[in-house]
Parts: sequence; structure tokens; C-alpha cells
Amino acid sequence: MPVVTVTDLAKSYGPVKAVDGLSFTVEKGEVFALLGPNGAGKSTVVEILEGHRTRDGGDVSVLGRDPGTAGQEYRDRIGIVLQEAGIERELTVSEALVHYGACYSRRRPVDEVLALVGLTGLGDRRTHQLSGGQKRRVDLALGLIGDPEVLFLDEPTTGFDPSARRHAWEMIEGLKALGTTILLTSHYMDEVQVLADRVAVVVEGRIVAEDTPAELRGSADSETMIRFRFPDGNATSGPVVDLLGGLAGRASVKNGVLEVCTEEPTADLNLLTRWALDRGGRLEGLEVTTPTLEDVYLDLIGEGSGTGAGDA
Amino acid sequence: MPEWEAHEAEVPSAVVLLWRQVGYQNRLFTRTPVSAFFTLVFPLIFLVLFGALFDGIDIASGVEVDAAQFYAPGLAVFAAVSATYTNIGIGVAIYRDEGVLKRIRGTPLPRWIYMAGVVGSGVVIAAAGALLMLSVGFLLYGIEMEMANVLPAAATFVVGVASFSLLGLALAAMAPSGQSAPALANATLLPVAFVSNVFISVRNDPPAWLDLLGDVFPLKAFADAFFAAFDPFEEASAYKPWLLLRMGVWGLAGALVAVRKFRWEPSTGAGRGAGRRGRR
Repeated sequence: MPVVTVTDLAKSYGPVKAVDGLSFTVEKGEVFALLGPNGAGKSTVVEILEGHRTRDGGDVSVLGRDPGTAGQEYRDRIGIVLQEAGIERELTVSEALVHYGACYSRRRPVDEVLALVGLTGLGDRRTHQLSGGQKRRVDLALGLIGDPEVLFLDEPTTGFDPSARRHAWEMIEGLKALGTTILLTSHYMDEVQVLADRVAVVVEGRIVAEDTPAELRGSADSETMIRFRFPDGNATSGPVVDLLGGLAGRASVKNGVLEVCTEEPTADLNLLTRWALDRGGRLEGLEVTTPTLEDVYLDLIGEGSGTGAGDA
Repeated sequence: MPEWEAHEAEVPSAVVLLWRQVGYQNRLFTRTPVSAFFTLVFPLIFLVLFGALFDGIDIASGVEVDAAQFYAPGLAVFAAVSATYTNIGIGVAIYRDEGVLKRIRGTPLPRWIYMAGVVGSGVVIAAAGALLMLSVGFLLYGIEMEMANVLPAAATFVVGVASFSLLGLALAAMAPSGQSAPALANATLLPVAFVSNVFISVRNDPPAWLDLLGDVFPLKAFADAFFAAFDPFEEASAYKPWLLLRMGVWGLAGALVAVRKFRWEPSTGAGRGAGRRGRR
């Protein structure tokens, strides 16, 4: 039985459909990621699951409960890291953890949580003396203090520098190893690729693709991109037109760079390299790339075709 | 759905949570020197000033008491109202804008315990402010009070601070943002204080409209009922049930507004990123 079940979820803000018939499940111990551009509706989904927002339609169940009506006992078993939430500036980090921890029936030791989020030694620091990244770690710590069975992480590493992000990833992987079920939102491809067992790509309140990161990546038209620069920048002369006509893939020229999108990279590369050698030249700046998750993602959210998501 | 067994461990009891919550609010207060100063010290400055400026205060035509005898109880009430109405209204509105309230709502802490903690701490701080004021009055200014009036004064005080705490929650609920809350608190409290026997006596035959204006609001009821315990010419009982009722009605109205209008989320546009956090 899944820990999280969402069926046909719908939520509108006035005329704007923020969530539009969205369904997914998360199994116990799984890290499930909602990936999408800003304004795609990811946070709205998570806040409905956290009990912060009401829904207009559909069914939602977390740990067998409806977050829309569940009370204290439900919030005792979940951990929430909001995208943006304040911390009392008057308190030290440890005081905040002790105070918030006290209202849970189970709690992790404060020192353990500080170590988990990389704040060891900063427990006595007042929260307003922390850097932005350190405050975010306090957010994570406060989400973990109640030893949650399900953890909601809404863009946990936005604003982190690369090393802080790596550290956060290690931490989340550690939680996963402890069996915590995690629902993550992100607009970072690499983050999702590293952390998530399964990914749902959300665009304009709908899921447009859902799979493991590896499968999602493989699901793209498996076209290879070949790029190189023309030696003289001249792409319209007779021999070149002949050459392009012989390729299996589609060729285009941009700023003196020839791009070939092909499903037959071996044959096309052979043709191109022979053409270059016959002319006694080289393929300047040759690149051969297979599609990344990022390409797949950009394709899915329609960045390529210019129908990017709005700000809703 | 049999698989989701409940936790073995119990969540902490309401009494324990409430006790902790009051302590937490008190700690937030003592670590904010500005609000501690305005609540506890500021009214004392008024006492010293008024004590130096005036010899006697007319409390009825031809009846006069020492300035401190009038001002110490009145300013004790003012300190108590600052500790409840003003501090709660501003503090809760600011925490709402900063997203602290939203964080709290996501924890198992019952919402009513959060509210009760805010009120409980307001009452404790109000009592501290009033006791400080009266101690200075007794020790340095020689004000007097009959022992029999201690209980009536305490009863008035409890009803008063409870009512003004609830009005503070209503103020937080009505304030559009944390930034506008202080202005709203002062704009509603200070003008009323001038017609409520706190800063000046309006007991000696005031214009009828001024009298009426004071009678509409709960502050004059609080000040008059509390002063009754310190009034050497008072011949009736120092219990003033009608005045307490007037405050209580205001308190209930405040509770109603607070319950219906209270928001846990930052006001749209006002809070996000505009608070003290400034990540990025």
C-alpha cells in the first residue's frame, strides 16, 4: 500500500488552474520528486499534502489519512520543510530544535539532528546570526526533529552553493537509507537525478511524464547530436549541399556551426570525417552528444517549442 | 486501511505543551529589549514625569488625591494593556509575515495551545509590568491601598488582561501586515488612553461627549475599576461588575474576530522575502 496516494487532484486560484487533474503514488521508503519550472504547481501539491491548503477536487491520502481533515496525530508523523518559513530570531538553533521537538511524540536527539544537517557546533548561535544556507539547514533540522515517517521537502537546496547542495544531497540520501519516505520538489535536474527513485515532470498543473530518472532519460528520441564548425564558415557551397544530402540525420547550420541530429551516428560520422579527410581538413570543435535528462526535461516542459510555463 | 497503525508513543499532554508554550513566549519577550523597554520601563517614566508635574489630581469636583495615587494604578493598567493588546497584536502579525506561524501550523502543536500560550505569556508579562509599577508607587511615592481591596483589584486585573489579550489577537488578525501592526496598535490605543483616566483625569466633570467616548471603549472601564481599589474616597465596594462586563464584552468580540479572521500564512506580497530572513 503506497504511503502517498494522489488521484485527480485539482486546485484553482481564481481563474488559474494551479493543479489540474494530477495523480501519483509514493511507496514506503521511496524518494519521489516533482520536477518542474517555477509556477508549475509543485508547491501547491505539496502544501495540500501537508495540510496547509485545501483542494478543489480529487482524493489525497498520506499514511492512510486525508491531510485536509487530519489533525495533530497526522502532523506528528510528518516532517515539513517549506519553501519559505521564518525562524524565531530570538532563539538559538538548539533552543528552536528543543522547542519544536517537544510537541512530537517521537523525536531525534538535538545533537544527532545538528550533525545530520551539518550544523554541529552552531547549536548556541542565534538564528539571525546564521547565513542563508545555514538557516535553510535549520529548516531541514526542524523538519527532521520529530523523526517523521514522511518528509516533505519543498525545493530544499534553492539558493545553496554547489558544496552545500552536495552536502544536502548526502543528508537526504542518509535519510532515505533510514527508510524515510520523501516527497521532494525541485527545479534542478541534477538534484533529481541523484536523489529520486522516481520523477514526475509537472507542467502547468499536470504530470507530463513519470518514470525513474534513467528511464526518463532513455525515453527521449534517442537522437545523437553531432556538431562542428566549418573551416571557412561557408555552408551553402555546392559540395556542402551534396554532403548534407547524403546524411541520415537532419542537418542545420547556425552561426557557422553545423548541427546534425541523427539516429545513425556511426554512418553519419563516417560520412563527415571522410568528407573532411578528403579535403585535407578537420572537423573543428567536433562534439558528439547523447541526450541528457536536461534535454528531455526541456523538451517536456516545452522550452524548445517556446510554450514555456507561465508564472501561475 | 489496516496498515497504518498509530504511534506507540503518546503526544505530550495539553498542560505540558501549554506550560512550555508560555515559557517560550516569555523567552521571546525577554530577548527583545525594545518591547521589554516599552512595556516595563516606559510607563515608569510617565509615572516619574506626572509625579513631578502635578501635585494633586481632581478625581471628582473638589476631591483631590496625590498624583501618584491616581497615576500608579492608571499606568499599571496602561503597562498591562501594552503587554497584551500591543505586544500580542504586533508580535503575532510580524511572526505571521515571517512565516513562523505557518511553520508552527505544520507541527503537531494544537493551534489553540499556540493561541493560549500567546495569551498566557501576555498575562504574565502584564502582571510583571503592573507589579513593577505598583511597587515603585508603594515604595517611592507612598501610595496607599486597603488590604480588603487586593482581591477586587486582582479580579479586575484578570478580566482586563484576558480581554485585552483577546483584543490583541484580533488586532493581529486584522492587521494587513507586520509592518502596519505597530501603527494600528498605537492609533487605536493612544487616543483612547487620553479619554480613559490613564494619562489625564477625565473624572472631574468632563464634556459629555468625552465621557461617552471613554465609556464606549474598554480601557476606561479597566482603569476605573482598577483605580476603585486605590481610591481613598470610594465608599462602595471595589468590585465593579458592570465595568468588568464592559471589558468582557469587548474581549468576547475580540475573540470572535480572532477566531474568524485569524491567518497563519504570510500576507500575499507583504511577507515573502520581505521579512528578516533574506535567504539567497
